Amino acid sequence: MTYEHHDYDVLIIGAGGAGLRAAIEVQQRGLRVAVITKSLLGKAHTVMAEGGMAAAMGNVYPEDNWQVHFRDTMRGGKYLNNYRMAELHAKEAPERVQELEQWGALFDRTKDGKISQRDFGGHRYARLAHVGDRTGLELIRTLQQKVVSMGTDVFMEHKVLTLIHDSEGRVAGCVAYQRPTGEFVTFAAKAVVLATGGAGRSWKFTSNSWEGTGDGHAMALWAGAELIDMECIQFHPTGMVWPLSVRGLLVTEGVRGDGGVLRNSEGQRFMFNYVADMFRAETADSEEEADKWYDDHSAGRRPPELLPRDEVARAINTEVKAGRGSPHGGVYLDIGSRRSAEFIRRRLPSMYHQFMELAGVDITKESMEIGPTCHYIMGGVKVDADTAATSVPGLFAAGEVAGGMHGANRLGGNSLSDLIVFGRRAGMGAADFVEGYQGSPRLDEAAVNAAVEESLAPFEREEGENPYDIQRDLQEMMQANVGIIRTRSELEYAISELDSFTERVKNIKVKGGRAYNPGWNLATDLPAMISVSKCVARGAVLREESRGGHTREDFPQASAEFATFNFAHSSPAKRWDGEIVTERSALLEMPGELKALLEEGH
Amino acid sequence: MAQVTMRVWRGDANGGDFERYTVEQNEGEVVLDVIHRIQATEAPDLACRWNCKAGKCGSCAAEINGKPRLMCMTRLDQLPEGEVTVTPMRTFPIIRDLVTDVSFNFQMAAKVPALLPPPMPAEGYRMYQEDVERSQEFRKCIECFMCQDVCHVIRDHEENKAHYAGPRFFIRYAELEMHPLDTNDRRDLIREDMGLGYCNITKCCTEVCPEHIKITDNAIIPLKERVVDAHYDPVAWLGRKIRRRTKRSASDAAVQPAP
Repeated sequence: MTYEHHDYDVLIIGAGGAGLRAAIEVQQRGLRVAVITKSLLGKAHTVMAEGGMAAAMGNVYPEDNWQVHFRDTMRGGKYLNNYRMAELHAKEAPERVQELEQWGALFDRTKDGKISQRDFGGHRYARLAHVGDRTGLELIRTLQQKVVSMGTDVFMEHKVLTLIHDSEGRVAGCVAYQRPTGEFVTFAAKAVVLATGGAGRSWKFTSNSWEGTGDGHAMALWAGAELIDMECIQFHPTGMVWPLSVRGLLVTEGVRGDGGVLRNSEGQRFMFNYVADMFRAETADSEEEADKWYDDHSAGRRPPELLPRDEVARAINTEVKAGRGSPHGGVYLDIGSRRSAEFIRRRLPSMYHQFMELAGVDITKESMEIGPTCHYIMGGVKVDADTAATSVPGLFAAGEVAGGMHGANRLGGNSLSDLIVFGRRAGMGAADFVEGYQGSPRLDEAAVNAAVEESLAPFEREEGENPYDIQRDLQEMMQANVGIIRTRSELEYAISELDSFTERVKNIKVKGGRAYNPGWNLATDLPAMISVSKCVARGAVLREESRGGHTREDFPQASAEFATFNFAHSSPAKRWDGEIVTERSALLEMPGELKALLEEGH
Repeated sequence: MAQVTMRVWRGDANGGDFERYTVEQNEGEVVLDVIHRIQATEAPDLACRWNCKAGKCGSCAAEINGKPRLMCMTRLDQLPEGEVTVTPMRTFPIIRDLVTDVSFNFQMAAKVPALLPPPMPAEGYRMYQEDVERSQEFRKCIECFMCQDVCHVIRDHEENKAHYAGPRFFIRYAELEMHPLDTNDRRDLIREDMGLGYCNITKCCTEVCPEHIKITDNAIIPLKERVVDAHYDPVAWLGRKIRRRTKRSASDAAVQPAP
């Protein structure tokens, strides 16, 4: 068969912050670049980021600098990070944020006209550049408008099925289908950048949209790259819990950064009871001390509500289990009694409307009911920090799909800055690769036809399962067994269940035609969801300790032994239904001067 | 268990019709929840766009009981009792079911001359909150395109799309015009090619904006004023002045804008 075909130097899969930033970089180098996205341009999950992007610009606290940001990121990640990524991120984020202003971004300002910076969990200083509580929208719109003004080709509503190699094992492009028509399209390219975001759609209570099915994670695995730290999943402490229809919907950490506190059903600010030793020296031990800190960080230590997300999520989980939860199984987040209505509406306008319109709650007067929600995957494709290159020649990855930057737990605000720092670096890495490329990419036709055939199989079956039933069962299974608190028996059950899900996916029956058929679209997303879920469960059962976004009931402490390596997953068969091999992969050795930064007793 | 009957338009560019689905309805649910329930049970091929389900991405715009709304932010318990009718946005060509071809908007976006800032000083730009706030209002836009859908200049006049940018892009132009760093002059373009003059300020766009952007008052009217100012040149000014003096009548006086 022949399909609509396009040739490019660089193909970017994903149009969120990382993908668009990569596209700008490649286009500025004068290369032919295309962006492929499952949705319309400007709808990526990046818009859901609310609070801000972390960059040590020192606009509010001049004593802030990249060294402190680096240290905060490594401590937040419980030292499982790729140190070089954390270093580059801390050094380059300020310049990347300022660059956005040349392209039209308008951040909130300090009194003297600089970019204002907000407090967030785990960051020693107020460091998040922001626009109210819609910073992600500002980022996506700025990059989108820049890309449009440069005339970059964007293929909207195209779902990539799989990457295609050439005979030498280099990545040569991909095969996709157009969602509006269901017609197949092939793309040949000398380099491919994966910027597909996360995989949170495999959990029942999630802040992720339908797009977060781990496509890039899975395609990298199937292409021969390695995935690391897949067991490290961030459950954001504050998702909405009621009404059920919005369960999991994100409530920005900015609420706590701006003075909001957590209380249990007894009215107690319980976070004071959950300060881990690692954070005790820098955390307030009384409400009085904590409350002084908001206005002046030298007048008191940080409130415990602003501990890193993994700490807060676990504490909420424990309170609810102990019977001190709210009526709908969460706890209370209160800003209404602590800040003026005018302040709340100005600083947190989206949150105000979200609760007013969806829950009928006026957050300037009442507390919010919140609980942990699956939000972010720290794990991802193993990359070289400087170039974003994977182990597969010609394949690059940036943003949430890449692993290493955040270690075992990501600090709030470090995601948006990750996108622009490593989006740019992936663009540079891909452009350099293209400039040294010999020959022209040739797609393996048999592989293209096999991918097309496999995707169409659900139409051919006489009988079979509804893909929505499989997705629902998968989400419930992962939520119940690979959730926020894990234990061996449940993880082993999950691993065996995932094998039966694999068989169920092979028996999907899709109704209707190919044009804009969400049932079929879901059927083509499920193989990635299964592959990614398998890696998560395997990493989780092997990591016999608790660290960051991986908590084991049967191994509640962090272990020194597990602090020295990541679990790396690969697929020898390079297939979604093939066996996954998991090996230990040693952490990069950190140079002495960076180690010293971590040991400084700030 | 409460139930709701949804009357959903199904079809494609060749035509279609309403189908009725009666499904479960739970406390607090929005229209998008029951559309998803229909997909998961009776009609897995029912096409609709959505992403964030939180009113932040603008993907799920449709017409609910005839009015443009975001499906994710429209609670069923706040609609009148009885059947709920969901149709695709009328101003754009149908792709399938509730999904329309909104490429008109992306074509208009491509015509916007970019921000042209002065070179950035080493320590970054200085701008003050009161100076950025006007444009920040317009940058709240989530591109749901409901303002475009409801705008009568293009809603029933396909032919106007060739020379009319629509409210979404008027706020984009206003944003750039009011941007503290911008040095680009787009006023001729806005007047001559983007059809600002076709807007006769009926404020339908402002009414449907889910972000409560005051599209007409804060963007379109100030933009009209700027464009007219730009059009000023001494000869034309003199001409208008003379004509006004010699031809003033009661009806002329009645249409003079307030000073």
